[in-house]
Amino acid sequence: MVTLNAVLVLGAILFCIGLFGALSRRNAVGILMSIEIMLNAVNVTLVGFASTFVHQGTLGVRLTGQVFAVFIITVAAAEAAVALAMIIAIYRRRNTIDVGEINLMRW
Amino acid sequence: MPDLPTVAFYVIAVVLVGSALAVVLLRNIVRAALFLAVFFGAAAGIYVLLNAEFIAIVQVLIYAGAVTILVLFAIMLTRNAMSTNANPFAGQWWLAGIICIVLAVGIIYAVDSSKLALVASVDASANLVNAGAAHGSIVRLGQLLYSPFDYSFVLPFEIASIVLLVAIVGAIVIGRED
Repeated sequence: MVTLNAVLVLGAILFCIGLFGALSRRNAVGILMSIEIMLNAVNVTLVGFASTFVHQGTLGVRLTGQVFAVFIITVAAAEAAVALAMIIAIYRRRNTIDVGEINLMRW
Repeated sequence: MPDLPTVAFYVIAVVLVGSALAVVLLRNIVRAALFLAVFFGAAAGIYVLLNAEFIAIVQVLIYAGAVTILVLFAIMLTRNAMSTNANPFAGQWWLAGIICIVLAVGIIYAVDSSKLALVASVDASANLVNAGAAHGSIVRLGQLLYSPFDYSFVLPFEIASIVLLVAIVGAIVIGRED
């Protein structure tokens, strides 16, 4: 029997792995991939909650977690498209996507 | 020997964590992108175990299909931007590691100390029967997303389509050769 605990711990571990990648990678595409890992970890958590607390309430079967997961997938795909377009545009100007070197606005 | 959903869950969980670590730690960005595709596929397996078949198919279509190809194209168009000898990690990667380990321990402790953690359970078949949705979650998900009369999420759905339109226009404008 898979408990809700196991699903939440899995989501937490994946989120922290993605967070480590987003904080410590220097390639901008690598940072984007780590952000996608974080979003998928959140999706796993939400779908786990939706699967555990589904019941016939006053408003019908409750699948709120799955609805939220659909919207997160939609927005994450849109964000990935825009972010990769930005990375390509930055590469055309600066010829680098090392985020350590794109530091014109650093104080 | 535990039952099949439990074994499947733990096998897929090991694949998920292993491929996520590979994405985050690999020096070669192309191999990291391919492990990202493995990660998306394994996440779809988790969704099937959790009675979310529609989410699993959408995950394979959009994430393992479109987002992976997007990432690979972006890697292709920005090749040789970083030499393979350069350290792929930023200066304070150890600090990021400490922060992430502290956060993971904190979340796991909070989850474990909840009364709901062991009482509620996830079972691939029992919840389906209890929910009365013998034909799966997709009928109920369609009602939740599209129904104009009952309790539904039709307004966020319409706004999500506008978000996608804005993202398409924005990505084309930003990525134009100019």
